[in-house]
Amino acid sequence: MKKILLGNEAIVQGALEAGVNFVSAYPGTPSSEIGNIFGDIAKKHGVYFEFSTNEKVAMEASIGASFSGLKCLVAMKNFGLNVASEALIPFCYTGTKGPTVIIVADDPSCWSSGQSEQNTRAFAYLAHIPMLEPSDAQEAKDFTKLGFEISEKYNLPVIIRITTRVAHQRMPVEIGTIKKSSTKGKFVKDVKKYVTMPPRVLEMKEELLEKMDKLGGDAEKSKWNVLTGGNGKIGIITSGVSYLYIKEVLDKLGLNMPTLKLGFFNPLPRKKISSFIKGLDKVLIVEELEGWLEKEVNILAKQVNPELKIHGKDVLPISREFNADIVGPAIAKILGKKWKKSLEIGNWKLEIPKRYPRLCEGCPYWFVFSAVKEVAPEGTIFGGGIGCYMLAGFPPHGIQDYLLCMGSSIGVAHGIKKNSKQKLITFIGDGSFFHAGIPALINTVYNKSNPLIIIMDNRITAMTGHQPNPGMGKTGMGENSEEILIEDIVKACGVKHVRVIDPKNISELKATIKEFLDKKEVSVIVSKRICALWERRLKRSEKHGK
Amino acid sequence: MGNKTFNIVITGTGGQGLITLLQIVAEAATIEGFDVKTAELHGLSQRGGSVNTHIRIGEKVYSPLVPLGSADLILSLEYLETLRAIPYSNSKTTFLINCYSLPFVGTISEKEIDRRLSELIKSDKIIIAASEVCRKELGKDVLGGIYLISYAAFKGLLPIKPESIKKAIARIIPKKYLDINQKAYKLAKYAN
Ligand SMILES: Cc1ncc(C[n+]2csc(CCOP(=O)(O)OP(=O)(O)O)c2C)c(N)n1
Repeated sequence: MKKILLGNEAIVQGALEAGVNFVSAYPGTPSSEIGNIFGDIAKKHGVYFEFSTNEKVAMEASIGASFSGLKCLVAMKNFGLNVASEALIPFCYTGTKGPTVIIVADDPSCWSSGQSEQNTRAFAYLAHIPMLEPSDAQEAKDFTKLGFEISEKYNLPVIIRITTRVAHQRMPVEIGTIKKSSTKGKFVKDVKKYVTMPPRVLEMKEELLEKMDKLGGDAEKSKWNVLTGGNGKIGIITSGVSYLYIKEVLDKLGLNMPTLKLGFFNPLPRKKISSFIKGLDKVLIVEELEGWLEKEVNILAKQVNPELKIHGKDVLPISREFNADIVGPAIAKILGKKWKKSLEIGNWKLEIPKRYPRLCEGCPYWFVFSAVKEVAPEGTIFGGGIGCYMLAGFPPHGIQDYLLCMGSSIGVAHGIKKNSKQKLITFIGDGSFFHAGIPALINTVYNKSNPLIIIMDNRITAMTGHQPNPGMGKTGMGENSEEILIEDIVKACGVKHVRVIDPKNISELKATIKEFLDKKEVSVIVSKRICALWERRLKRSEKHGK
Repeated sequence: MGNKTFNIVITGTGGQGLITLLQIVAEAATIEGFDVKTAELHGLSQRGGSVNTHIRIGEKVYSPLVPLGSADLILSLEYLETLRAIPYSNSKTTFLINCYSLPFVGTISEKEIDRRLSELIKSDKIIIAASEVCRKELGKDVLGGIYLISYAAFKGLLPIKPESIKKAIARIIPKKYLDINQKAYKLAKYAN
């Protein structure tokens, strides 16, 4: 039976069919639906699910569950793996007990990402971790299951690296049977396996490299590294969603070029690639973002076909996602053909006024931004962070002078304030505060600088689609939990000037901002009011008796 | 339809229900036995920014993205946003446009949008007051999308029968909102 699934839904289905027991995630587009769905269905399938405080903690939760023998899935967006890498890299050394698959979602073209256009493939090299790249929703499901098989066989965690156009692609996907799950684990002590202390740590590295070497043998035989197309002297090597654009372009050109589609990014099937390029005159490597596959092919060609002309980033961009309109001209070019643009309407690059994303109607941030704008003296620096509150940077607000990553609005504020007398107000969301703001706040107190920090406590992680966080008293599976009060944490960190304000009390808010801007020590306003969209949704579901 | 894919681009703003429409069309296409691939965006764009979604229907579909100049049908939920979809059109593309504006600071006048639309679109252009009809009859602008897609099916602008759209609506829309969505579908049936 087939059912239309979103790439991320297909991953959930794949994990359930593989018999996953334990799922931990941190939201981030384009990966968020994986956690959202597990939040809804985990109980029904006897699976444990949590939204963890951040990605490192999510990774660690699954590591613990894996050590206890459970089958684990971890999901996050690309930046999340930066946070989680601290735990991931030694996890590759210890290896898994229960098979573990990690879904990491990249976002070429930054459709839903500030920060950077990160290419997570780099972690394959850094961590020596197996990495698979599906190209459509069906493969997203198949590769998730394959990931669990590989993990089971080699006791290694496996990354499935997806991109926006895979995660948010829908297609009919073959549905299989879901395995029964149990969440009973047992940690069996094994110091040699779980303790990465020297000198054992170096033996562990050798064992890891050996495992990867063996897995390389499997990769050579895997049906997921597949040769398609006919014969010819000009070939294509590709992976991920790019394969779909190539199929489309070749169809359009009426060509059947030999194409090697790689499901494995790490380890690469080097022999298979070598034998593919041996007989070619020219090869085009079609990969989104940085050309690492191209580098590998360059190395292999030196041995087996030094005359081979290798094209890739000379005809394709390093930045921005691909599509048929980008891949088409590149293929035509290496064939010495003309690419007929399908675009018929000329001069369409007309200026259309930009429609900026904006705060929702009734959003509590409206009050905060307008109060800040009104009372902040000329020249005040405004620190920004990742979340709905980054809309501070768009009109009509225009109060955001730097923006890097989750939590850094505080960390960077300290660095600026330490060296300058300029006034500084910095914003951070409740989700971001729990995620990575707390160590930065402690640092600000400990190392004595005095920014004004406004914590935008809208009672939820809003931007990524309303996931629960530790301030809400609800877990990812909807269970009640301790409601952790932000102001208590702030006080415990040693902040002397703390006030919790409902931003609708705009005069109190303004007076407090003025007062706190003159403090010699760091000050914190917790602007506490529920996200308007979420509030409306809660009311609606009450009305409908959800 | 042969081997050719039928390409649809839906354009509008975050919050207008573009993803629901995409799900309905995709579901309806599979009811009729077609292959289908779609592309959508989540996240920042949900907060009232410009969005477009792609749906491709055919015997066998590879890429989820509609290439430039290759749309057979452009469904526009918001008047100005139509302009942003023009690069996907060619001389045979049908535009089905909701006569509905969500203006913002710095936008251009409706007259200017009109001027550009008639200058740039040489193919069929159907403008209907989908959201307005739904507001008057059902009290909800946002049903304009369902009206628009149903209208497209009834007028033969889609390679999908209205009956399949109806079935898909019943499968995709949550029970508590189904009735009102079915009413929007029926309104489109009797539109002239
Ligand atoms: C390391 C990392 N993980 C996840 C994300 C994705 N992300 C973007 S915004 C956001 C939510 C922030 O929530 P909160 O701080 O509560 O702000 P709100 O959206 O509610 O204003 C997340 C998780 C990210 N950018 N970086």
